[in-house]
Amino acid sequence: MILLDRVSKTYSKDTKPSLDRVSLHVEPKEFVIVVGQSGAGKTTLLRLLTREERQTTGKIIVGGIDYDKLKDREIPLLRRKIGVVFQDFKLLPNKTIFENVAFALEMVGMGNKEIRNTVPKVLDIVNLTGKEDNMPIQLSGGERQRVAIARAIVRQPKILIADEPTGNLDPKHAWDVIKILEKINRYGTTVLLTTHNQEIVNRLKRRVVTLKDGRVVSDRANAGYKI
Amino acid sequence: MGKKKLITFWRIVHTGMVNFARNISLAIAAMAIMVVTLTIVLFSLIINDTFSHTIYQITSKIDISVYLKDSVNQQQTAKLLGEIRSLSNVQSAAYLSKAQALKVYEAQNSSNQQLIQAVQETNNPLPATIIIKPRNLNDLSSIKSFLSLPAVNKLQTDPPSYSGQEKQAIDRITHATNVLREIGVVAVIVFAVVSVLIIFNTIQMAIFNRRDEIQIMRLLGASTSYIRGPFIVESIIYGVVSAMISVLIINEAFQASSTTLQASSLGLLDIGYANQFFTDKFLVLLILEVVLGIVIGAVSSLIATRRYLKFKSR
Repeated sequence: MILLDRVSKTYSKDTKPSLDRVSLHVEPKEFVIVVGQSGAGKTTLLRLLTREERQTTGKIIVGGIDYDKLKDREIPLLRRKIGVVFQDFKLLPNKTIFENVAFALEMVGMGNKEIRNTVPKVLDIVNLTGKEDNMPIQLSGGERQRVAIARAIVRQPKILIADEPTGNLDPKHAWDVIKILEKINRYGTTVLLTTHNQEIVNRLKRRVVTLKDGRVVSDRANAGYKI
Repeated sequence: MGKKKLITFWRIVHTGMVNFARNISLAIAAMAIMVVTLTIVLFSLIINDTFSHTIYQITSKIDISVYLKDSVNQQQTAKLLGEIRSLSNVQSAAYLSKAQALKVYEAQNSSNQQLIQAVQETNNPLPATIIIKPRNLNDLSSIKSFLSLPAVNKLQTDPPSYSGQEKQAIDRITHATNVLREIGVVAVIVFAVVSVLIIFNTIQMAIFNRRDEIQIMRLLGASTSYIRGPFIVESIIYGVVSAMISVLIINEAFQASSTTLQASSLGLLDIGYANQFFTDKFLVLLILEVVLGIVIGAVSSLIATRRYLKFKSR
């Protein structure tokens, strides 16, 4: 599903690469946790996968798409196949909660009736029924995080990328979010989660990839947290 | 597929209108600037036309008089008149007989009884006259050279006079009017360009304020046109509303204070004519303003969104 082959990324101003020859292979329906301290390259890795950034060297193939052969006008189509939960939520500030989630469906031309059917179901999954008409600014951090998740999963993507989705949440809400991710994974979505929350990693008992200074230092199944 | 496109198009328009309403404070700020600049453009357009009108009125009073010898007969006059009228730079040529010339002279000098008496005591010394109105004051040479042909010159008592004054005076007027006309056209163009720049800048700032929104939509995989569309719709609304307000402002100004305007322009401008021009051309001017507003709005937002829509290259 996701294949990285010796991928490096050096930002133009830096001399040291943010990612250094990272190779990673994720099977369909797998649940992979990427751990590592701040600056280890987690976010860079995700940004390469969403094609927000381009790798300096190496090969990236996601869902059969070779990123080197991807034309600019095909990038939107790629992004529609990947659901992303951003660390900073990235909700549209001028749209209501309903509209934020509906946007993901509207932009691909789905009919209004179908949208009106689908969005409430997804908002129910993330426990936000009744907040449809609120603006993002009226919600708490945890609620916004769940809106971001709802938006990422509403199109039922094959791949879900979640960048520190629990970073701003208290332990109880953090675990709620993780349970949602597990649920989505059970329905068949490949999940790639980055976190530095030790407790979550230990409770999940999933494959853990550890990044340090831009390199993969360990990649173990059913692992606990260890840096 | 067609239905999907229709849904998308309608969504873009709808989103643009909703965004306009939700960002109303930003919209008002942008539109205020657009109204001011569009009003200046409209105002300079009207002023320019009024100037042209005034200039036309001055220059249309300028004519060339050809004085014929008493011995010239009707046939010769008719032939000469025909030849003059066939010159390309002649707008019209009118014939005044000796009697008519006298009447005109008496009318022009009605306040000077002595002069009139003197003329009446003699046996009408005034010659029959052909009055030529030229089309283009700057190019009198063709008329001049025709009038100085030996065959034509032979029929005249005196050299032709230009409005009864010297050619120099006419030259000065024509030069001045040409300069004024050019200044008017340049002013309209300058104001138009400046307002385009100001409006462009305003919209660019408005979009800069919302660049995050564009980038988020980009990350979610929205297509370029789907992101850009609502911004263009919004800017078009700015343009339409601003254009209509600016036309209304000019309209109010004319209705409320045409006498004040007339006084303050020191009689240099024919406000009555300006008002008439505005009323006659109201629809054309309104459409022109709206189209200008739409085009500037659409193009500005098109350009302003571009940089936030770019994909990273390696």
